[in-house]
Amino acid sequence: MVDNEQALDRAFTALGDPVRRAIVARLSRGEATVNELADLFPITKQAVSRHIGVLEDAGLITRSRDGQRRPCHLDPAALERLTSWIDGYRLAAESRFRKLDAVLETLKEEEER
Amino acid sequence: MSTNPTTIEAPEGTPFLDVTRVFDATPAQVFRAYTDPELIAQWLGPRDLEIDIEEYDARPGGRYRYVHHGGHLGEQRAGFHGVFHTVEKDRLIIQTFEYEGVPDEVKLDILRIEEVDGKARVVGHSVFPSVRAREGALASGMSHGINDSMERLTELLAKGV
Repeated sequence: MVDNEQALDRAFTALGDPVRRAIVARLSRGEATVNELADLFPITKQAVSRHIGVLEDAGLITRSRDGQRRPCHLDPAALERLTSWIDGYRLAAESRFRKLDAVLETLKEEEER
Repeated sequence: MSTNPTTIEAPEGTPFLDVTRVFDATPAQVFRAYTDPELIAQWLGPRDLEIDIEEYDARPGGRYRYVHHGGHLGEQRAGFHGVFHTVEKDRLIIQTFEYEGVPDEVKLDILRIEEVDGKARVVGHSVFPSVRAREGALASGMSHGINDSMERLTELLAKGV
């Protein structure tokens, strides 16, 4: 449980950066190499490599070897652990609150009538 | 309709869960939505489920019980019940909460409604009987709403969560 919490902490910390979130969003659509990812951002390839290192340490992505290429992949299991925990709760709460927004909207309309 | 952000905090090593959300409504409207069973039925619980409210007596000492069914639950019926401890109009609701699938793990929900800049801020503080009970509730009860975690995570990330 503690190990799990530390892993979650690392993952959430890693996702605290907008570039790393964008990298994860890009990888959710399929694998990509560092060069391909570097093309997406106005930062150096070295900076992209560092971000990838942080995501790798957080267990969110893995890298494989494919000849000369070393593509990055999103680890679906790691994401599932994230989404099934607090983000899962957040999604459930958010969905509930949006329904409540709609209920409150009808209450306001009723009162204006 | 604008959507206001939801703040969720589950401080490590504590049995607490704090959820804060602002609504574009008055505290009186929010209080009504939280205490009128007809309104509760319109928003409580996951979107894909139906809800039968057997009892919803939002007064000090009053009881409530509702059952979720349909959607991802299939044949299963999930019952929830508790009692209202404190109900102060437009301001404060303190109630117990028990999921009948995990009996005797009773949670205390303290809900404050505050007026901030003409809107209602709802500050929920939940106390689980143990840290483990909190982790269990978050991990199991809340994950079912996610059908395609990848896609949804991407949506979350796109929103800059």
